[in-house]
Amino acid sequence: MTLQSELGESARIAVAAIRANKLRSGLTTLGVVIGILAATLLGTMINGMGEAFTRSVSSLGSDVLFIGRFPWMSFEDYRIYRNRRDITFAQYRELESRMTTAAAIAPQCEIHQSSVTYERRRAKGVWLLGNTPESLIIRGLTVAQGRWISASDVSSGRPVCVLGSYLAESFFPNDNPVGKKVRINDTPYEVVGVLDKMGSTLGWNQDNQAVIPISRFQDDIQRRPDYVITVKALSPETVSETLEEARSLFRSIRKIEPGRPDDFAINQQEAITKFFDGFKAVLGSFGFFVTGLSLFVGGIGIMNILFVSVTERTKEIGIRKALGAKRRSILMQFLMEAAGITFLAGLIGVGIAWPISWKIGEIARANGSVFEARMSWWIVALALFVSAATGMVAGFIPAWRASRMNPVDALRSE
Amino acid sequence: MSLIRIQNLARRYVMGTETVHALRGVSVQIERGEYLAIMGPSGSGKSTLMNLLGCLDTPSEGSYELNGKDVARMSDNELADIRNREIGFVFQSFNLLARADALHNVELPLIYAGVPPKERRERARQTLVNVGLGDRMHHRPNELSGGQRQRVAIARALVNSPSIILADEPTGNLDSKTGVEILSLFEELSRRGNTIIVVTHEEEVALHARRVIRIRDGLIAADETNPHPRAVVASVSAP
Repeated sequence: MTLQSELGESARIAVAAIRANKLRSGLTTLGVVIGILAATLLGTMINGMGEAFTRSVSSLGSDVLFIGRFPWMSFEDYRIYRNRRDITFAQYRELESRMTTAAAIAPQCEIHQSSVTYERRRAKGVWLLGNTPESLIIRGLTVAQGRWISASDVSSGRPVCVLGSYLAESFFPNDNPVGKKVRINDTPYEVVGVLDKMGSTLGWNQDNQAVIPISRFQDDIQRRPDYVITVKALSPETVSETLEEARSLFRSIRKIEPGRPDDFAINQQEAITKFFDGFKAVLGSFGFFVTGLSLFVGGIGIMNILFVSVTERTKEIGIRKALGAKRRSILMQFLMEAAGITFLAGLIGVGIAWPISWKIGEIARANGSVFEARMSWWIVALALFVSAATGMVAGFIPAWRASRMNPVDALRSE
Repeated sequence: MSLIRIQNLARRYVMGTETVHALRGVSVQIERGEYLAIMGPSGSGKSTLMNLLGCLDTPSEGSYELNGKDVARMSDNELADIRNREIGFVFQSFNLLARADALHNVELPLIYAGVPPKERRERARQTLVNVGLGDRMHHRPNELSGGQRQRVAIARALVNSPSIILADEPTGNLDSKTGVEILSLFEELSRRGNTIIVVTHEEEVALHARRVIRIRDGLIAADETNPHPRAVVASVSAP
């Protein structure tokens, strides 16, 4: 009961003290406001990026292997890989006939920065791929309209294409794209299907792609393309077995002597995820550092202002003690004041961060990104908790000193 | 049993290399219902004695029994409890909280006593009415006259029904007419059975008490009974 009424009184005093010194309290909050602002924004970013990234990467499929010349996410010298022998169509054929642990295998070739035109409209930077019917499952794609590349498209080299949703929308905002003729490298192709929207990650728009039969790719785009062989494992649990089989088979296909290193790379979604996790960790620790630093500086400010507040109110402390306030009542009074100021700072910080992250999300959406800068409730709760805790910690020494004042001395002060 | 029993009470202060003997061994007994004045020139040790009596300070030597409890060796928090329940202070400079209104000032001791909000507001209101400030509850100290402020302070001292009212120069900051009003209020309280200890250096004030203890150089110089305490004209008791 006593504690309850003391808590109520402490809260009342804290509010009164903050209101009586609005400017001072406001200035004191700045450090904490910046800290909380940085923390919530970074938290929201990392969160949003992580979600967008997971969504785009998961479209690669965790059970799919990509056999190619270049390893993903490697920071070795590019020239080491550039001089490797090409992966040929014949090698794909051989692997395909010998693999036993694969659900599906498909060759794939691609060029970035291709251009596609429809009547007067021209799309640049298109990701152009040569695929087979199997590629649909292996790449985890879904068709929104029309159909995917068929086996007869590939065998007869029919000039057909499937467009990504972004490309389809920019060419045919109001029309049905299926049946229309677009030009790829000055060759007319009939649109037979449109893919579902996938979104973009870190500036790479997956919906800006065009897919043609792999036979047409060899005829029109590149005579001897650098193939990537895509392999889907029987199940996500047996990926490592599939990887081992593919590796040993491909070594024998490419006649690599025992003891020599692979001259090809088998890539997995995992590599990107790992890389991104590292990136997130770096960003996270940077955010943690910035937040910690500004909260520390802000905390020092709070401590300072509380020392002033305690000195100013020495007489009041004396009066309260004479009337029966115990040490803990005085301690609570000043801790509440400190926590009140920093909680306010937290509210301001979150209040500024919220419209900013909303705006960022809006800009990202306008650019076709699936990046969602959503400020989740736990970030808000955590930010408010951390800011109040900062006040408690920073205010402890001044409050403790106030609580131990001798009532006679405190009463005598003016 | 006496309300207050102090024996050989001494208080020394160390100021740098010097030791100041503010109180050198004082023994006194005070009974319930007494109206007592402690007098002495400045530097005599009367303020030190008041601080000790009010449990704001602890003695260097000697014993102090208040209501049968040995308070000389109590901890800070225990003393806070004693101050809250046993002692009502009235200070020369009123010592009201400037940002709180009269009602809240009077409520303070009840807050620290843990009285529930509804009850404490009612008790504070009643006490303010009793000292004649029923129409000033929501005024802040700077909106009240000196005499009214001291009445608020007296209400605050009374609200938790303490054993002792301890007043330190209660009329020191008031003009003589207002001072008389306050003294009459003390008389009234004394008549109702409250124990009142007034610390003062004004003979005028001490004349109203029934017992006068004179302090000089940290010792009791005289302990007199006043057979004919001066009574204040009754008509000024109402504002």
